[in-house]
Amino acid sequence: MNDAKAFAAHLKKRAHHWWRARPHAANHPPLIPAESIAGRALVIVIAIMTFLAALTAGAAQLVGAASSDWQSAVAREVTIQVRPVAGRIIDQEVARAADIARATPGISGVKVYTREESERLLEPWLGTGLNLDQLPVPRLIVLRLDEQAKADFTALRRALVENVRGVTLDDHRVWIARLAAMAQSIVILAIGIVALVITATALAVAFATRGVMAGNRDIIEVLHFVGASDAYIADEFQSHFLRLGLKGGVVGGVAAMLFFLLASGLASAWVATPGGHQIEALFGTFALSPGGFIAMAMIIVLVALVTSVGSRITVRRTLRQLA
Amino acid sequence: MVRFENVGLRYGMGPEVLHDISFSIEPQSFQFLTGPSGAGKTTLLRLILLSLKPTRGLIHLFGTDVTRIEADKLTDLRRRMGVVFQDFRLLDHLTTYENVALPLRVQGKEEATYRAEVKELLHWVGLGDRINVKPSTLSGGEKQRAAIARALIAQPDLLLADEPTGNVDPSLARRLLRLFLELNRSGTAIVIATHDIALMDQFEQARRLVLSEGRLHIYE
Repeated sequence: MNDAKAFAAHLKKRAHHWWRARPHAANHPPLIPAESIAGRALVIVIAIMTFLAALTAGAAQLVGAASSDWQSAVAREVTIQVRPVAGRIIDQEVARAADIARATPGISGVKVYTREESERLLEPWLGTGLNLDQLPVPRLIVLRLDEQAKADFTALRRALVENVRGVTLDDHRVWIARLAAMAQSIVILAIGIVALVITATALAVAFATRGVMAGNRDIIEVLHFVGASDAYIADEFQSHFLRLGLKGGVVGGVAAMLFFLLASGLASAWVATPGGHQIEALFGTFALSPGGFIAMAMIIVLVALVTSVGSRITVRRTLRQLA
Repeated sequence: MVRFENVGLRYGMGPEVLHDISFSIEPQSFQFLTGPSGAGKTTLLRLILLSLKPTRGLIHLFGTDVTRIEADKLTDLRRRMGVVFQDFRLLDHLTTYENVALPLRVQGKEEATYRAEVKELLHWVGLGDRINVKPSTLSGGEKQRAAIARALIAQPDLLLADEPTGNVDPSLARRLLRLFLELNRSGTAIVIATHDIALMDQFEQARRLVLSEGRLHIYE
């Protein structure tokens, strides 16, 4: 208990000391001349990096949400396929399969595709005007699942196989698994890209910090001689780079947010066109969820932190080398 | 206060520039460090300031062996010393006031606690009307006095001054020497590195540390 109190008192003392000793306290001018820091170039680099990272995060969120929509849409349906079998009348087999499906709990709707409808489904691949009479075109029955009650596919599959020849039941599990894997891959890829961009930002900041330190070596030496600690000098650099990081991060992050808002607006405007339909089918409406914007805001904060902490680490390391 | 025992220094693989330097500086003492140009006066001051590490020998500062000193402790020791550089080393983007207040600012002191003190010192060194100007507009003598004020503001136990009269006329040099003597009387040990014989002759009682060919000769 006493240890905890002592530790709390120590932390309080450190915080008080830091607050009093922090650079620019009481509107002190910065000890490292602002004009000696290639601030504008670094802000632009940080803004571009943040824009790319935020864009990647937003795109990943968009694809994740679209994939989730596809998955739930696909998961709400299952398909029975009845192939023509010699010696059997396919219409009777289809009717029997439909009856079994209707009698199964958890199935809320049964849509039997007629021969004509089935043939029409093949038109995009085979073209129009073909006589498909001689082809063994399978027939489809689409079952809509009840969202409240869960259907027992194992029992349904067994009943169908026992009563209907040439029947298969496709519950779309393979598709859902593939979609989930694809969405997961895109999210992992996006995390990787964001990590790379953040690393590149940290390296750019480290190079910039080293450049500023080399250019202000005389000032750093004077600061040491007048009694500045390494921590004080590092604070001086850190606060400056934190401001640069925040500035670049906000510019890049807000630009990415505006990009998505603009894209969402354009997608809504084009929704009536065929191209708009294609884009909507792939990415939805480009409308980012609040989570997407929160992720972007977090990237801005992360970039600012990486900039400030990166400069501090570089300063401390360089000062140790100088010592 | 400062004790050197058989200290030697070489730069890289070059020849030894200082050999077997042994001396001590007592509290409230006054000494000139002299010798021809290039004898190693500035190098010796940098050893005292811990901005150079000796190749051999022992250095004790304020009772601490500095051979394996930690960074925090190093800062504490430097805060007990004031230094006046030959080329002033004022920060060009800060005003005279801000330059002089620097040692207190980096110690984390609040400005309200030292503002009056800094202004009083600036008046004392004759820069009362140059408080808010940048070093680029100061004359050589004014820069020198600003540098001295910066070295004194934290009331150091030891003041090291490297050629403090090298850039000023004889009359200002005399005034500066009086300033150093005043400080010494108030309890600060002083080391003035100079090759200005006329300056040393003005205070013959001072101890003389003479560097020649890398060796130190002491004349009490």
